[in-house]
Amino acid sequence: MAQLSAADTEALIAYSTRIGDDALILSHRLAEMCAHAPELEEDIALTNIALDLIGQTRVLYSYAAELENKGRDEDKIAFLREERDYRNLLLLEQPNEDFAHVIARQFLFSAMSLPFFEALASSTDDTLRGVAEKAVKEVRYHLSHAAQWVIRLGDGTAESHARMQAAIDALWMYTGEMFVMDDIDRRLLALGIGVDLDSLRPAFNDAVGNVLDDATLTRPADGWMASGGRSGRHTEYMGFILTELQYMQRTYPDMTW
Amino acid sequence: MSDIISLAKTREEKAIWAVLDAVPDPEVPVLSVVDLGIVRGVEIAGDNVTVSVTPTYSGCPATLVIEVDILTALKRNGYPNAKVKTVLSPAWTTDWLSERGREKLREYGIAPPVKSATHTGSDDRLARKAHVLLGEDPDVPCPLCGSHDTRKVSNFGSTPCKAHYACNACLEPFDYFKCL
Repeated sequence: MAQLSAADTEALIAYSTRIGDDALILSHRLAEMCAHAPELEEDIALTNIALDLIGQTRVLYSYAAELENKGRDEDKIAFLREERDYRNLLLLEQPNEDFAHVIARQFLFSAMSLPFFEALASSTDDTLRGVAEKAVKEVRYHLSHAAQWVIRLGDGTAESHARMQAAIDALWMYTGEMFVMDDIDRRLLALGIGVDLDSLRPAFNDAVGNVLDDATLTRPADGWMASGGRSGRHTEYMGFILTELQYMQRTYPDMTW
Repeated sequence: MSDIISLAKTREEKAIWAVLDAVPDPEVPVLSVVDLGIVRGVEIAGDNVTVSVTPTYSGCPATLVIEVDILTALKRNGYPNAKVKTVLSPAWTTDWLSERGREKLREYGIAPPVKSATHTGSDDRLARKAHVLLGEDPDVPCPLCGSHDTRKVSNFGSTPCKAHYACNACLEPFDYFKCL
């Protein structure tokens, strides 16, 4: 691909890092579920999904570190930044209130993530294209898995229906942020590297509409939408995540195992 | 898929492929990394050998082990200057499993992927109906007794590349190598 200007490269580093942040923070939340899912198969499923996400993160962080060329590596990017430097979507740091929340968060994110990676698979950037081609295949399984649970719980008992609806309702205000284009998105879209987030809406709406229909659930109205994750302004949960995530590296700097 | 080894031109290339074909997949030791279809190419430039490898899954923990195993095997066989290059694109697909590999999987008790992975093409961009989203479950014969009366327990199994199935006939659980 063509030589990028310094500003373009900086945008690409930020882009690669924040897509990695999305995967890292969601994988951390899923890892918290290990041994806490409602059944053994689900424990295995959620940790498998977390593993896919970690895999995506590693390639994206390594690429950012290589472009930046300041001696950082994937581990330093993962463990040694301040809260404000993490640029993940707010949706992904929301806590595992109950199993319905875990599934709703996964479903809403995957419904955007699948068309996102499908689009990124045409990127002019070789590394992002490679990550995307692989991620599409993995995320398709994530979306399908989450969708099946949304339907099973939504169209289940009165209790499971109520909890699934409550989780979708509670997390809905974090879905708007997934489609907001900022300067980095616009710059990279113009270069043929990034994705037009607006173009993901129809696929997201289809997936959400069809699955919620099958699940006898109601799609919430689009009201006020929370944002801030992409500029490092997080919800209160983020600090707690980082405290746990960074504990070992902060306590024993550079420790490996 | 065509047998990738047959593409090797020179005697030296063939020798290197033979070495690689003796490197087992750490998670499914009956398969070689060549059977698995992750070795995408071998380049020889003088003393330097570069092996291109495409990981099966982004987060596959075996990837690093495989890399070390390949280098160790090549070093042992007189190629001390070998390098492994990770190639992300095109992404690995179960269509790259060799016929021999599929047969070995079945003997090992793992159901090989039902052909082919390419069913998830671009058509589902158009119609993302819930049934499309959930996909049709393939007919997976039991690798232990051969019965087609099997059920999917979970799309996620003992490793990222496998789903968990059970046989209604012989009642045994088994792993299914997912189409990707």
